[in-house]
Amino acid sequence: MVDTVIRARGVTKSYGSLQALRGVDLDVARGECVALLGPNGAGKTTMTEILEGYRMRDGGEVRVLDSDPGSGSMAWRRRLGIVLQSTTDLTDLTVAEAVRHFTHYYDNPDDPQAVIAAVGLTEKADALIGRLSGGQRRRLDVGLGIIGRPEVLFLDEPTTGFDPEARRHFWGLIEGLKARGVTILLTTHYLDEAERLADRVSIIAAGQVVADRSPSSLRAEAMRTAAVRWREGDALREEHVEQPTAFLRTLLARFDGEVPELSVSYPTLEDVYLHLVGGEAA
Amino acid sequence: MRTVLRIGFARMEIELRQLVRDREGAFWTLVFPVVLMVIFGSVFGSQRLGHTDVTFAQYFVAGMIASGVMYTAFQNIAIWIPQERDDGTLKRLRGLPMPKAAYFVGKIGVVITTFVFQTVVLLLTGALFYGIHIPTGIDAWWRFAWIAVLGLTSCTLLGIAFSSLPRTGRGAAAVTTPVVLVLQFGSGVFFRYNDVPHWMQQFAAIFPLKWLTQGMRSVFLPPQASALEVSHSFETGRTALVLAAWTIAGAVLAVRTFRWTRREQ
Repeated sequence: MVDTVIRARGVTKSYGSLQALRGVDLDVARGECVALLGPNGAGKTTMTEILEGYRMRDGGEVRVLDSDPGSGSMAWRRRLGIVLQSTTDLTDLTVAEAVRHFTHYYDNPDDPQAVIAAVGLTEKADALIGRLSGGQRRRLDVGLGIIGRPEVLFLDEPTTGFDPEARRHFWGLIEGLKARGVTILLTTHYLDEAERLADRVSIIAAGQVVADRSPSSLRAEAMRTAAVRWREGDALREEHVEQPTAFLRTLLARFDGEVPELSVSYPTLEDVYLHLVGGEAA
Repeated sequence: MRTVLRIGFARMEIELRQLVRDREGAFWTLVFPVVLMVIFGSVFGSQRLGHTDVTFAQYFVAGMIASGVMYTAFQNIAIWIPQERDDGTLKRLRGLPMPKAAYFVGKIGVVITTFVFQTVVLLLTGALFYGIHIPTGIDAWWRFAWIAVLGLTSCTLLGIAFSSLPRTGRGAAAVTTPVVLVLQFGSGVFFRYNDVPHWMQQFAAIFPLKWLTQGMRSVFLPPQASALEVSHSFETGRTALVLAAWTIAGAVLAVRTFRWTRREQ
């Protein structure tokens, strides 16, 4: 039996005349890492904030750790870790002071020093938070999110604005949490991040789920058809085929010698994503 | 209840730490009333009130301590909360297993601590340079204590209610400061209350500051100075009633209007 940590059915939410969510379903099993992927304004943050108990849904059913987030108790909140989109608070405290302070909210908090080490800030423990780089600051946010030993961790766009190296470091940190069995719901608009971290990707566009599957099956979809391009006379030709080798055999037979500007390419994961997102939005 | 106090004290500790780190802010919180004391004390300080030997400096220090209640409770809270709404503090707190009350306990703790430091600095300056008499009777200090506690509580609650008015943290000071200044003029802080026009007296008497100022005069002025009051009495009982009424009104307003997030959201 799979232990479901997050279960949402037909969640709707409107802001005035704007329908932000139009019936979203989501399941996250214990220990799983699911990425909510989608363009800006797709409804990722609205959905996450409904699950965190920040916003009330208009309709649908939601259970997080067997409670309705809309009326979650203190005991329920203690089992959650929340990393919001980046904030500018706490600037006058040191890393160690902030982490130590946040232990006060929980009954059985983790050791502050261990948490600081886990997020790779041991050398910055006595630095003022206002002086941290963007990546260090986000790692601190994760530290504050996990100090209460949460069963489920929400990460809202954790790596926006990171340089590639900082992003890679950050991914290592999240993989460490996954290894400890923390259930993670991640929102991101970076495809590579979702592919690296998530067991399952739920793509949201215009308030609806347009795909919910593993990153590898998305990749398999990308590999299903290849684009063959070549020049014939003045025209640039392009064919999308499922069996490129067979197609090439017939193509090559029609030409003597070189086929001008011949190329065979597979769509990238990004192409698949854009197709899914665009197809629904159109 | 134990959780509320435990987290409330932790918040008080961390907020005070942040306050002290913000050196300019901390410095001006302590020194601003002293600056006013120096200005008014130097200009009018040695003038006598009526036929008594009470100096204006003595009258003024009572008004400044009452103003200190307004500054530390009302004004600071009404400015801090919108800033905390802007920088994400409140949003972060709301996602934590923290009873709302713990947040307010922390704020009241910060307010009381700030007020105590501000008042000590003010009284020391006044005593050293302007010949301020500091009362020694247990009676006077008991009165001081309950007036300060009622005043700080009601003004903190009103500050919380007021904090939902400014749309941004940056606008908060601009909206709050004039309110305090106008009340100070009307309540007999900068001038004697008797010299304030009647309509202004009436207006100021609706709000807590006038009663705080009068109450602090009952602590820092000799008993016979009550004859100099407009009503020929310090009206201690009425002061208690008005401040209690504002505490209740403030609590109702604070609970009904407090918002964790900015209005647009």
